[in-house]
Amino acid sequence: MDDLLSEFLTETSESLSTLDVELVKLEQNPNDPDILSNIFRLVHTIKGTCGFLGLPRLEAVAHAGENVLGKIRDGELIVTPDAVTLVLESIDTIKYLLSELETNETEPAGNDADLIARLNYFADTGNLPAAGENIPTAAASVSPPRPEIFLAPEPKSEPEPEPEPVVEAPKAPAAAAKPPSAPKTQAVQAAAPAQDAGAKADPHVRNEAKESSVAAQTIRVNVELLENLMTLVSELVLTRNQLLQMVRGKDDSEFTVPLQRLSHITTDLQEGVMKTRMQPIGNAWAKLPRIVRDLALEMGKKIDLQMIGADTELDRQVLELIKDPLTHMVRNSADHGLEDIQGRRDVGKPETGTVTLNAYHEGGHIIIEISDDGRGLNVARIKAKAVSNGLVSEGELESMSDQQIHQFIFKAGFSTAEKVTSVSGRGVGMDVVRTNIEKIGGTVELKSVEGRGSTFIIKIPLTLAIVSALIVESGGERFAIPQISVLELVRASSNSEHSIERIHDTPVLRLRNRLLPLVTLKKILGLDETGESDVDEEAFIVVAQVGTYSFGIIVDRVFDTEEIVVKPVAPILRDLSLFSGNTILGDGSVIMILDPNGIATRTGEITVGGGQGVESKAKSESTDRQTTSMLVFRAGGNEVRAVPLALVARLEEIDVESIEYSNGRPLVQYRGKLMPLVFIDGAYQMKTEGRQPTLVFQDRERTMGLVVDEIVDIVDDVLNVELTSDRDGLVGSAVVDGKATDLIDAGYYLELAFSDWFGTEETTGEKKKVLLVDDSPFFRNLLTPMLSVSGFKVTSVESAEQAIELKNNGAIFDAIISDIEMPGMNGFEFAESLQNDEAWGEVPIIALSSHTSEEDFERGRRAGFSDYVAKFDREALVSTLIQTLAAV
Amino acid sequence: MSDKNALVPGSDRSTALDLGGSTKDFVTATIGKQMFGIPVLTVQDVLGPQRITRIPLAPPEVAGSLNLRGRIVTAIDVRKRLGLRNKEVEDPGMSIVVDQGGELYSLMVDQVGEVLSVPQNAFERNPATLDPRWREFSDGIFRLEKNLLVILDVTRLLDFAGSVKQAG
Repeated sequence: MDDLLSEFLTETSESLSTLDVELVKLEQNPNDPDILSNIFRLVHTIKGTCGFLGLPRLEAVAHAGENVLGKIRDGELIVTPDAVTLVLESIDTIKYLLSELETNETEPAGNDADLIARLNYFADTGNLPAAGENIPTAAASVSPPRPEIFLAPEPKSEPEPEPEPVVEAPKAPAAAAKPPSAPKTQAVQAAAPAQDAGAKADPHVRNEAKESSVAAQTIRVNVELLENLMTLVSELVLTRNQLLQMVRGKDDSEFTVPLQRLSHITTDLQEGVMKTRMQPIGNAWAKLPRIVRDLALEMGKKIDLQMIGADTELDRQVLELIKDPLTHMVRNSADHGLEDIQGRRDVGKPETGTVTLNAYHEGGHIIIEISDDGRGLNVARIKAKAVSNGLVSEGELESMSDQQIHQFIFKAGFSTAEKVTSVSGRGVGMDVVRTNIEKIGGTVELKSVEGRGSTFIIKIPLTLAIVSALIVESGGERFAIPQISVLELVRASSNSEHSIERIHDTPVLRLRNRLLPLVTLKKILGLDETGESDVDEEAFIVVAQVGTYSFGIIVDRVFDTEEIVVKPVAPILRDLSLFSGNTILGDGSVIMILDPNGIATRTGEITVGGGQGVESKAKSESTDRQTTSMLVFRAGGNEVRAVPLALVARLEEIDVESIEYSNGRPLVQYRGKLMPLVFIDGAYQMKTEGRQPTLVFQDRERTMGLVVDEIVDIVDDVLNVELTSDRDGLVGSAVVDGKATDLIDAGYYLELAFSDWFGTEETTGEKKKVLLVDDSPFFRNLLTPMLSVSGFKVTSVESAEQAIELKNNGAIFDAIISDIEMPGMNGFEFAESLQNDEAWGEVPIIALSSHTSEEDFERGRRAGFSDYVAKFDREALVSTLIQTLAAV
Repeated sequence: MSDKNALVPGSDRSTALDLGGSTKDFVTATIGKQMFGIPVLTVQDVLGPQRITRIPLAPPEVAGSLNLRGRIVTAIDVRKRLGLRNKEVEDPGMSIVVDQGGELYSLMVDQVGEVLSVPQNAFERNPATLDPRWREFSDGIFRLEKNLLVILDVTRLLDFAGSVKQAG
């Protein structure tokens, strides 16, 4: 049966049983406005729904009934037993129609003109039509002569002059003289006017006993109750697991058998309760056939969408979360995966391409396969794209399997579609899909054979109620970290490969050629009672990832992973952003669940990626806009200098003795290459022995070391260059951490090292002209020299308005790099304004922003940006620029 | 969570003092030498010493959380909440578990005593000279034969947001 219809039936049957009761109540308290409006509302709802579903006969009856009730409600009619009788009769008719609907899924033929006429007559006059009155259709239903026998209990009673049919036709006369529609309720009224109109008691001609089998099979339960049940069952499961653990290994325990039984029952119970929250996955697929059809028309393809296992059920919550990724993937398959008709003919495939969705259960997971018989992934093109995006080098590709290469399509900004269509190919997509699926603890796998098609296999947990978490200890307390955000565990000690190093007091860890920022859990939780922030030589580091930001959390101990049930914390603790909830462990103790997002925010790193509430997002945006991590150091003199931390690739200490000279310039052998060393200025004196701290800057294959005296600190501060400088190598001065600090111009030193060392890298031919739009003088000063070094001719302006002025003056550029957040016209508006511009409409615009969430990418692309680069990612900026210019 | 749907039924709450009846029932507790009363119907449980998990960064009055038959209960150090000094002798103490808006809180006190039925006419309003913090948390005083029973207003005692404002 149609879902909508069966839902309607269930709902209406419920309303109707309420109505019966309410109407009788009304008869007893005719003046109770609450009861009346309740009745009115119920009938009104039924009427409205019928109209919506296209059930005219039902609607007509309900409408007439509502009319009467409306008059009563408005005080135009008074509640009399015959009014109630009449309304009850209309409700019986509704019930009859419903039962017919349930069996035949259509309204029965015929009409209820008779009843409706009487209802209308009553609504107009406030009386029941008397016998012989001229209502043709109603003639049969007028009050019959009162049968005396029925009044037997009160023998003396005289027939009342006005037939107020409280006691009316019994069955016998009715059957003889009346159509079957009228007598039922009347008889009931006669027998027990004050009782519930138990219509079933009456041997009615209609199929009343069936009442509503659909309704009888379902009950409505508050979702909250289900959630509670779910929680309790989850607890039970955990307790069961704990018990099983205890008797494991004891073969002859007397508990073994009962426990096994308990275990089975618990599993069954869990499944049962879980089922109550389940919905068929078909609900999430409902929109797909339409999407695919539209797409097929637009693309000139023939597509057959097969959906298998639509009735596979999964948790309501999970269902909601996979809806969008699924839609996206089906679209992708239909758009990129399948060839057009000609293409399919050429390779000897049937004209109609097939996209198959297949859902099934497998070991506590739901597997959803999305496969197409299209062209498959083009390995060569993915390789080319991966190299040009700088994701991997050619050499690395050599050693990768096709399977590994396929994985690149899950990287951000990766699309091999030759052109962007209205449906896909914007390069945002598969990475979002993967992120969304991983968010709910699922995985995506990909199998593809070139020319034969691709299959995506999504594996998601049945429920989110139980999650897996890593239990750690810090400051004598245990905490849970959701396994989803844990990338890896590193054990650091001074004599192993991994050791914690410090920049001033900030611990960092070298991990696979990257500096990983570390936070000490003890410290951020305020559990550091000694006040000593000394990290032991040996420590466990949980490498966590939030969006694209990864960081290490130093903990004292790492225990096992456990399955936990996440419970919200008490309201008075809600503002502790470091915790996402709490839970009870298998041993009965309560522990707090850490929120890696909160920790990342706490450590000054903004949260990236979707999924956050609007509010927290806005908050992070405002803080993010203002602070920059600065590395503060001293070199040559007492004044402190600073450089944005993000520009520094590594910090090294170089043994002075290892410094060699070539051509009169200092250099060291560093990681198998020669690294030139530069000094802060010409007068700088290096130490003559010992070790010299060095900031290593890296620009693709080249590295350069800036020799300094001392690294002071890493400071997060609002960066506001207050005095600009004419001196080479300095951007200007700013207040950093309360002190006047010289900001060094990293670009200058890069130029110093490279232009002298490698010779000036003049690109042959004319330099490409680039326009840089950024309101921050700091970034203009930073990027201008850097881009110049890379061989571009840079013009910088401080606002979009100025840029437009340049345009109006006839300036021509090969590319534009624009900040997003700017006072006045922002980057999005700027890009949009250029989209259809004659002069600059074709000029590629690269967005430069500290926000690199998916929505930002998406928005940027819509606004007309050709690419999107994180603000501090110089490498990406240069490579994007080169790539973009090459494409033009 | 509404009581209707609670699987672990909460007791009827009547935090407001109804002055109509002739006697009122209170669960008594002592902190230091002072006796406190909590309306008996708000009380869910009385607990002995419990293993409590500290909650870092929580307000100082929050002692931590504990597991009460599968439900997580937030433990409140009533001593701290009332601005009393710490106990001189370390002793585990007892707790009274109350339900507040569907959440369970365990009020940590030194001792939990008997349930007292006190005559309504022994009720007095808070003396105007009472410490403001106590005045906030006290619903009034009952004169008992030997000592005074301070009635705790559980709702206000657990309203941290409100008192933070006051303290600030």
